[in-house]
Amino acid sequence: MSAALLIGALLAIASVVLVAAPFLREPAPADDRLLSPDAAQQRRLAHAEERDRALDALKELEFDHRTGKISDDDYRAQVGLLRRRAAETLRSDG
Amino acid sequence: MPDLGRAALVTSFLLLSYATVAGAFAAWHGRRRLAESAQNALVAAFAATVVATVVLLVALAQHDFSFTYVANHTSRELPLGYTLTAFWGGQEGSLLLWLLVLCGYSVAAVLTARRAGREVLSWVVPTLGLVGTFFALLLVFVASPFATQVAPADGAGLNPSLQNPYMAIHPPMLYLGYVGLTVPFAFAMGALLARRTDERWIVATRRWTLAAWAFLGVGQLLGAHWAYVEIGWGGYYAWDPVENAALMPWLAATAFLHSVMIQEKRGMLKVWNVLLVTLAFCLSLFGTFLTRSGIIQSIHSFTQSSIGPWFLGFICLITAGSLALIFLRLPLLRSKTRLESLVSREATFLYNNLLLVALALTILWGVVYPLLSEAVTGEAATVGKPYYNFFLHSFGLPLLLLMGIGPLVAWRRASLRALGRTFLWPLAAAVAAGIALLAAGAGSSRIGVIAYTFSVFVLASIVLEFVRGTSARKGLGDVGWPGAFSSLVARNRRRYGGYVVHAAVVLLAIGIAGSSAYQTVREGRLRPGDSMTVAGNRLVFRGFQTSTESNHRAIRANIDVYRGGEYIGRLRPGKNQYFAEGQVSNEVAIRHSVLTGGDLFLIADQVNADGSLDLKALDKPLVNLIWLAGLVFIGGSLITLWPDAREQRRLAERYEGAAVQA
Repeated sequence: MSAALLIGALLAIASVVLVAAPFLREPAPADDRLLSPDAAQQRRLAHAEERDRALDALKELEFDHRTGKISDDDYRAQVGLLRRRAAETLRSDG
Repeated sequence: MPDLGRAALVTSFLLLSYATVAGAFAAWHGRRRLAESAQNALVAAFAATVVATVVLLVALAQHDFSFTYVANHTSRELPLGYTLTAFWGGQEGSLLLWLLVLCGYSVAAVLTARRAGREVLSWVVPTLGLVGTFFALLLVFVASPFATQVAPADGAGLNPSLQNPYMAIHPPMLYLGYVGLTVPFAFAMGALLARRTDERWIVATRRWTLAAWAFLGVGQLLGAHWAYVEIGWGGYYAWDPVENAALMPWLAATAFLHSVMIQEKRGMLKVWNVLLVTLAFCLSLFGTFLTRSGIIQSIHSFTQSSIGPWFLGFICLITAGSLALIFLRLPLLRSKTRLESLVSREATFLYNNLLLVALALTILWGVVYPLLSEAVTGEAATVGKPYYNFFLHSFGLPLLLLMGIGPLVAWRRASLRALGRTFLWPLAAAVAAGIALLAAGAGSSRIGVIAYTFSVFVLASIVLEFVRGTSARKGLGDVGWPGAFSSLVARNRRRYGGYVVHAAVVLLAIGIAGSSAYQTVREGRLRPGDSMTVAGNRLVFRGFQTSTESNHRAIRANIDVYRGGEYIGRLRPGKNQYFAEGQVSNEVAIRHSVLTGGDLFLIADQVNADGSLDLKALDKPLVNLIWLAGLVFIGGSLITLWPDAREQRRLAERYEGAAVQA
């Protein structure tokens, strides 16, 4: 048997074993469903993204103010709204 | 050996087909083990492709001319390095490299991007599998690198232009970029198919997109330098369709990298982002099609081939399929928030996006128009440098200016008073620079003065951003300036790494403007002892010198260079005549000036039988800033790519806390 043939055969066998591995490992699983997040988890995820976005916006505003990109008046006009939004998302977190 | 290569490719094709079909079935019907099996098929396909790659490399190293590919692209006298790089010197090898990189990326992305969520990942696998299947199909049925023949005594050799050290690095870099864009595309499609249009696909592919974009950028700069030192016409970018083919997806990916930040920060532009990621991927496929189909006459089109219709069909399929999917998912992609002001950071990102996409599409039209014209009328129209330069100036200069404006504008909205304060110093620096340039006589090029003035504005705004940011951080705690600076960058690598990339683009703009708008060109026929002068350099031709190397005969013109009457060195432009390939290449001579960043560039245009030389001499001010820009670009990209433990913890808390990981 030539080396090339041997390598080819090994490759084919290894590929089949690897592809079949999930079925060989669990021939009769109790649950074979591909789990996806339910509606509640989806809502929590959307909320977590919204919360991070609100906190991030507040941080950006503070930083823009400290670096002089936002005037004091603009800062005062925006900070209240962003703080309220961040507080709401944190409240509903708890 | 060829049988092993063929068997490995067939195995890869079957595994990728399985990953596509079984993966789609598993995702559709929610079968966990089948989804895992499809994912494993991607891993096995990678292994099979590695075996095929090794077979071809061994055949190349052993000069096994019974492989048609080896015989067509190498010869016995070709040095080993170039013999191995001939792997991607021809069509079949290039396609194999595409498949290898794709399988490698697929495995790495699928195994590391758990955060995307299992339901998204289950659709990513068949999407990656589909792209892989297409390339494997080409390699098995249309353009096999393992075709055999009766071995000739010697091979045809490698195109002389490809016998350059850049051959080892430029094509793999471009391929890492082209192919890398498959990953964000597959995750975007996976998210749409799974109806999960939250940010997880973006978070999971952020680094992959950045890496692909960085590779594509570096690959293009390497290609430009290769053209500059090797092709021998005195330039670095000729708006060649294949050069454009790499630029277009890079522009689309640049737009995506900016607009995706708006989605992350404000939850906006979801439709635009999936469109951009699709555009970038389709343009990368189109780039490969242009390079490999032989449809255009170009330095890059080494072969005419039959893969063109296959590629066109696949590009049409992907484009139509993606657009249909995006259309179907439009209700899920609606944003809850809107742009608050046209004077805000978000708005500048949007303007930047429009300009980048407009530039990419006008370049695309410049590439496609001659092909369409030939198909319809039978005569090829030419779209030349003036067309591209017009749009580069029209869209590129405003883009340059926006790079300076963006960082100075606040998120959400900014008042005119605050803008006046933040713009003061950059604007003053730009005006001062413009006046100084005009006083120094740079007004001979209007575009040059505008580009330099804008460049100074951008650099000043970047410096100001770092200074103000560091100062703000210093004000927060008990740290010195260095501590505040490193904390500033470490806490927002994407932003500050991005600014470093902006600085690289400015250097690039300065280099391009200097070397094109202000270059000097002189041509003349010189006999031994004659001289000519270019930009203050006196060039004296001393005669020819010839030598014979292993695979070519070299002829060099000895040119002594004097400046202000002082001898500063000898330059030796000439030509190489390659034996096996029967081709002649231009070998240029370049003298770099560290002080000015410029080059004296000599081309031996014609070596005449009467012993005279037709010499072309170019003085290219600031051209080396283009290559320096490449190093700064790499530095900026590395900063953005560097792992951020704080960010990782935040994301872990967000996703694992929300318990969405199945």
